Amino acid sequence: MSDKRKIIETVDITKVYGMGDISVAALNGVSITIEAGEFVAIMGQSGSGKSTLMHILGCLSTPTSGQYFLDGEDVSQLDKVQLAGVRNRKIGFIFQSYNLLARTSALRNVTLPLLYDHSNPRSLEEADIKAEKLLDMVGLTGRINHQPHELSGGQQQRVAVARALINDPVLVIGDEPTGNLDSRSGEEIMNLLHTLHAQGTTIVMVTHDAKIAAHTQRTISLLDGKVDTVTHNGHSQKKVQYETA
Amino acid sequence: MKPREAARIAWEAILKNKVRSFLTMLGIIIGVAAVIIMVAISAGTEATIQDQITSLGSNLVFVQGAMTRGGPGQPPSGGLVFDDAAAIQDGVSGVTSVVVEQNSSETVKFGDVSFDDVSILGTTSGFPSVRDMDIADGRYFTDKEIERKQKMVVLGSSIAEELFGEDDPIGQVVTVGNTKMTVIGVMEEKGIVGNTDYDSYVFMPITVVFQKFTPSMFARIMGDSIRMIYVEVDPDANIDDIITQIELLLVKRHDLTLDTADFTVTTQQDIIDTQESTTSAFRSLLAWVAGVSLIVGGIGIMNIMLVSVTERTREIGIRQAVGATPDDIRLQFLTEALMLSIVGGLIGIVVGVGGAYIFGALSDMRTVVQFSSILLAFSSAAIVGAFFGYYPANQAAQLDPIDALRYE
Ligand SMILES: Nc1ncnc2c1ncn2[C@@H]1O[C@H](COP(=O)(O)OP(=O)(O)OP(=O)(O)O)[C@@H](O)[C@H]1O
Ligand SMILES: [Mg+2]
Repeated sequence: MSDKRKIIETVDITKVYGMGDISVAALNGVSITIEAGEFVAIMGQSGSGKSTLMHILGCLSTPTSGQYFLDGEDVSQLDKVQLAGVRNRKIGFIFQSYNLLARTSALRNVTLPLLYDHSNPRSLEEADIKAEKLLDMVGLTGRINHQPHELSGGQQQRVAVARALINDPVLVIGDEPTGNLDSRSGEEIMNLLHTLHAQGTTIVMVTHDAKIAAHTQRTISLLDGKVDTVTHNGHSQKKVQYETA
Repeated sequence: MKPREAARIAWEAILKNKVRSFLTMLGIIIGVAAVIIMVAISAGTEATIQDQITSLGSNLVFVQGAMTRGGPGQPPSGGLVFDDAAAIQDGVSGVTSVVVEQNSSETVKFGDVSFDDVSILGTTSGFPSVRDMDIADGRYFTDKEIERKQKMVVLGSSIAEELFGEDDPIGQVVTVGNTKMTVIGVMEEKGIVGNTDYDSYVFMPITVVFQKFTPSMFARIMGDSIRMIYVEVDPDANIDDIITQIELLLVKRHDLTLDTADFTVTTQQDIIDTQESTTSAFRSLLAWVAGVSLIVGGIGIMNIMLVSVTERTREIGIRQAVGATPDDIRLQFLTEALMLSIVGGLIGIVVGVGGAYIFGALSDMRTVVQFSSILLAFSSAAIVGAFFGYYPANQAAQLDPIDALRYE
C-alpha cells in the first residue's frame, strides 16, 4: 500500500457479546487499513459482523480486544466521554433508518452535532449558515424547515447525509444507507456519496447490493466475523482478489 | 452544550408535548398553590384573632376565678367573690377601674317569642367601656340602679332583633326566667370576640344575677361568687407590679398561698401569646401538608420523566451518536425536569394567589397572601424538580448509544 495518511487501521479486533457459554464472537480478528480519500464498501451475509464493525469504526462501541487507530489516534481504549468527543469531531454516521430527530426541522437536525462540540462552540447563526449550505448541496434548498414526517425517505436520508458532514468529519460511515430506499432514491444517495468522494472524503459503507459495491474503490467482504476477501474494483470494475493484509 | 441551548431544547420538548407537560406540572401546581393558599388562610385567621383581641380594649388585666379542690387542712374554695373587686379597686395602686361579671343562662320571653338557654351576663356599670362596646340605643345601667337591684336589661344586637324584629325594644318588658325586666338599651353589634358572641347576650345588673339567677346559700358567709374581674390599669403603670399586687391581695383575702390560689391573673399579652402559639402550630401543620403535596408533585415529575426517557430512548441514541456525552444528556433531562417544576411553580403561584383572593372573597374567612410563602413554595418546587429529575436524567445519561438506537 502507498504511504498515504491512514484514516482507519485496525489490528486484530474482536467483539464478543455476552459472557461464558452463551457468548457470541461477532468479530473474530479483523485487521483492515483504509487510507484518506478511499471509498470502501463492506459486504457479507447477514450476521457476518458488518454492523458490529461499523459501530466500532464509528466509535459507537469499543472492541473487546485488538486496537483501532482512527486518524492515527488509538481509540480502542477510550471511555464513554472521550468516544463521544471523537464521534462528534471526526465521524459522520449515516444509518439505514435515517435516525433523524422527530418533530425537528431539517435545519435543526443538521446542526445537532455542533450543539455537542465542546471544543469549538459555534454560534447558532454560524451553524445555520453551514447547515443551509449542506442542505443546499444535498438538494433540499427549499425544505430546510420541513420536519422528517414531511419528507420522503430519500429526502430524510439526504438530511442525514448533510448532518454527517456538518462537522467536517475525517471519516463518513454508512451502515446500509440505501437499504431502506427504492432504487431511484438509493441512486441519488450514491451519487451524493460519489460527489463527496470526489471532493476527497473518506467513506466506508455497508451494502448488500453488489452493483453499488462495484462502484466503490474496494470491497471488503466479511464472513463469520473475519475478513473473507478484499476486492479492488478499479476502473475496469473487474474483480481482483487480494491477499488479506 | 451551553446552558442556553439546554434550556431551549428543554423548552421545545415541553412544548412538543403540551398535555403531558401540563399533567406533569399539575402536582407541582397544586403543591405550590396549596402552600400559598394555606399560609394565606392561617395568616388571615391570625390577623382576625389579633384584631379581635385588640378590640377587647386596652390595658386590661383579667382575674378569673378557678375552683380549687382544696388540700389537707384546706377547705375547697369557690374562687372570686364580689367584694374582691372592690378590694382590688381600693388596695391596688395604678388601677383606673374595675368591672365584674357573672354568667348564667335563662329562658328569655317576649310575647309569644321565647328562647331557651340565653346567655345572661351580670355586670357592673363600667362594662361597656372596659370591653370597648358601644350602646346603639338607650343606655346601660348605672351604679345606683345596680345597688338597688333594678330589674332592667340591655340586649345584645342579635337577641334584640330576634325578640323584637323591627320594633323598638326600649321600654318593653321581657321575662327572664320568672322575672319581668324592662329593656333600657340595645348594644351595638360587636361580632364574635374570642369565642364569645356578645350580640346574643342579655346584660343586666350583677346584683340581679346574684339575687335571681345564681342564688347560693353560702353567699351570706362567703360572698357572691363571680366569674371574672376586669381590671383596667393606668397605661403608665407597671403591669407586672400590678399583677403581683392583685395576687398578693387576693391570696391574703382568700386565706391561701400563691401555690393554692383559686384564681388566675392574665393580661391581654398572655392571650395574644396563647393564640399565637396555637396558630403557629396550625400553620406548621399546614406547611407539612403542603410540603407533602409538593413531594407528591415531585414524584409525579419523576414518573413522567422516567416514562419520557423510555419513550425518547431513540432520541437519546441519536444525540449520543452525533457526540452528546453522558453529561450533555443528563443536563438536558435535568433542565427539562427543572423547567417543568419552575413553570409549574409559576402557574402554581398564579393559581395560589388567585385562589387565596377568591377564597377570601367567597368565604367569611380572611386570607392574607404572604410573600414569604410564595418564595418558599417556589423554591421548594425548584428543589423538588431538581431532586426528582436527577434519577431519570441519570438513567438517560447511562444509556448505551447502540442499545438506544436499536430501541423500538
Ligand atoms: N447486542 C448484541 N448482543 C448479542 N449479540 C449480538 C449483538 N449485536 C450483534 N450480535 C450478534 O453479532 C453477530 C453480528 O451481528 P451484526 O449486526 O454485526 O451483523 P450484520 O452483518 O450487520 O447483519 P445484517 O446484514 O443482518 O445487518 C450476529 O450473530 C448477532 O446476532
Ligand atoms: Mg447490520
